Amino acid sequence: MAGPSVRRTLLTVAYVGAAVVAMTFLLLPIVAIFAHTSPAELVEQLGNPVVQDAFVVSLKTSLIAQTLILLFGTPAAFLLASRRFRGHSLAITLVELPLVLPPAVAGIGLLAAFGRLGLLGSSLDAFGISLPFTQSAVTVAVAYVASPLYIRQAIAAFEATDPDLAAASRTLGASPVRTFFRVILPLARGGLIAGLALSFARGLGEFGATIMFAGSLQGVTQTVPLAIYAQFDQDFDATLAMSAVLVLFSVVLLAALHAGLSWQRSESTSSQSLFGLSGSS
Amino acid sequence: MATLRVDQLTVPLRAFRLQLRLEVGSTLALVGPSGAGKTTVLRAVAGLVRPESGRIAVDDDVFFDGERGIDLPPERRRVGLVFQEYALFPHMTVRQNVEYARRHAADEYLERFRIAHLEDARPHQLSGGERQRVALARALARDPQVLLLDEPLSALDAHTKTTVRAELHDLLAELEIPVLLVTHDFEDAAALADQVSVIVEGTIRQTGTPTELVAEPADSFVASFTGANLLHGQAEPGRDRSTRVRLDDGTLVATAEPAHGRVALAVYPWDVTVGLTPPHDSALNVVHAPIRNIVELGNRVRLTVGPVSAEITAESLGRLGLEPGRVVYASFKATGIRVVAEHEVTAAERASPGAGPALAP
Repeated sequence: MAGPSVRRTLLTVAYVGAAVVAMTFLLLPIVAIFAHTSPAELVEQLGNPVVQDAFVVSLKTSLIAQTLILLFGTPAAFLLASRRFRGHSLAITLVELPLVLPPAVAGIGLLAAFGRLGLLGSSLDAFGISLPFTQSAVTVAVAYVASPLYIRQAIAAFEATDPDLAAASRTLGASPVRTFFRVILPLARGGLIAGLALSFARGLGEFGATIMFAGSLQGVTQTVPLAIYAQFDQDFDATLAMSAVLVLFSVVLLAALHAGLSWQRSESTSSQSLFGLSGSS
Repeated sequence: MATLRVDQLTVPLRAFRLQLRLEVGSTLALVGPSGAGKTTVLRAVAGLVRPESGRIAVDDDVFFDGERGIDLPPERRRVGLVFQEYALFPHMTVRQNVEYARRHAADEYLERFRIAHLEDARPHQLSGGERQRVALARALARDPQVLLLDEPLSALDAHTKTTVRAELHDLLAELEIPVLLVTHDFEDAAALADQVSVIVEGTIRQTGTPTELVAEPADSFVASFTGANLLHGQAEPGRDRSTRVRLDDGTLVATAEPAHGRVALAVYPWDVTVGLTPPHDSALNVVHAPIRNIVELGNRVRLTVGPVSAEITAESLGRLGLEPGRVVYASFKATGIRVVAEHEVTAAERASPGAGPALAP
């Protein structure tokens, strides 16, 4: 029979073993991407027109989509965080629906809504707008799948701000608008940045809805993930280079996410900092 | 000086309706147990809570009038509200906090509240007393018509509290605007305010100067809240126009006030004398029992002997060598007892058994 100390050692070995397997499994593909490509090759591949076109499409559509998400998502999240009304929790659940929707279903849904024969298709047609298979369609697809991540995080950020601070601002003579921009927004900014990082990451990686709703036309609707898929059996080096750049982007976004979250924890309420309980400093 | 008038204010709360009127000339303290609706009154005056009906005005400036449909938003009421936890903006410096109320006026208030040297500090770097000074500076920089203080001393530790209370008292005395403060501590209320209103479950039980409340408590709740021992018993007709009351624990006490039936007697701890030998003086009432516990309150000490608690100086405690378990004589004069109306015990009072915080350790 093994003694308690032997059993404890075995248990530790089992934990460490499981952790090593898990970490290796998660990191190996990423290491492999960089092991395949030397930095020199990577830089060389960035001159490839297919790669350049893909990055231009991805960045342009992402920036427009994220700007729209910020402009519409922020007030929507603030409303959902600060008001209680009938159907409030239903509204929050519905906002989260695109998160769990299979991307192919999202793509079909977008076609059914904005396609030529879709719900809004004929009205858009009347204005001479045809959305599917244009660059705007990429933006719409990205905004559709990414915005719930931002809105969810933004609701949490607004809910974490101390309502007494907004009340104090009002009693000090500030209008609701001034209170929002001078007090609520600065206090929630960490959480908003975290939400934007999540939303950006999700948007950059968007594949399924985009290919169904926008297609994969180089220089127009072919984003980096679509280009990787289109190129991987023709030019493996180019796909590795694109993947390597996306990994670097992801690392930056992950860092922004964590910085935002710890910022939020340290500044969201007055009482937390009052009693020195802030999680980070 | 202006007057804050709160008339027929009605605010439905979860467990009861807040329903009261107040007139604040100089400094009024609203005291009561937690959950009595005190903070709601402040929030209604500030415009953060919408009353169901009533009228709130400072002189001719009407903040709220249910009948005339007037309800100014908080930013259009010139009200200085100091929150219980101060609600300083954590992302702003001390100076920015004060300037938020009024631009270009910060220097005067930073100077006046001795926080000029802290102008670049963030709220989390300040001590409790400093935070309160910043909160007061910020509230007054708004140039309010009325100052509202929510539990101004509760966020401070016992040591800081004594100093801050004295400072706050001096400040309030200088102010030329009505001050409405709320607290759950009668001693704080008595130290800071000229007038005290006792509020329980949304209604005011009694209003008066602190001295008046202690001398003539309207009912047993006010008596215990102002720090009195409450003794319950059955009055029996006595000799010499005095009244005998048989307490529930069997002790017989005498009071100079007339009474009959079920009564509550209020005895203030500072009217109770403690000795090692039976007293040979005019005190008619003597309790002979061991000391149950001893609580220090600054330079005073509170002893519990049988059904009463006595307040003596720390010096007397040392001189007599008193300690828990020691059998002593606690005596109080018949004229030191007030007979108060025994009213129905409410849920709020059951939640804070026995007494207001003045009796709590």
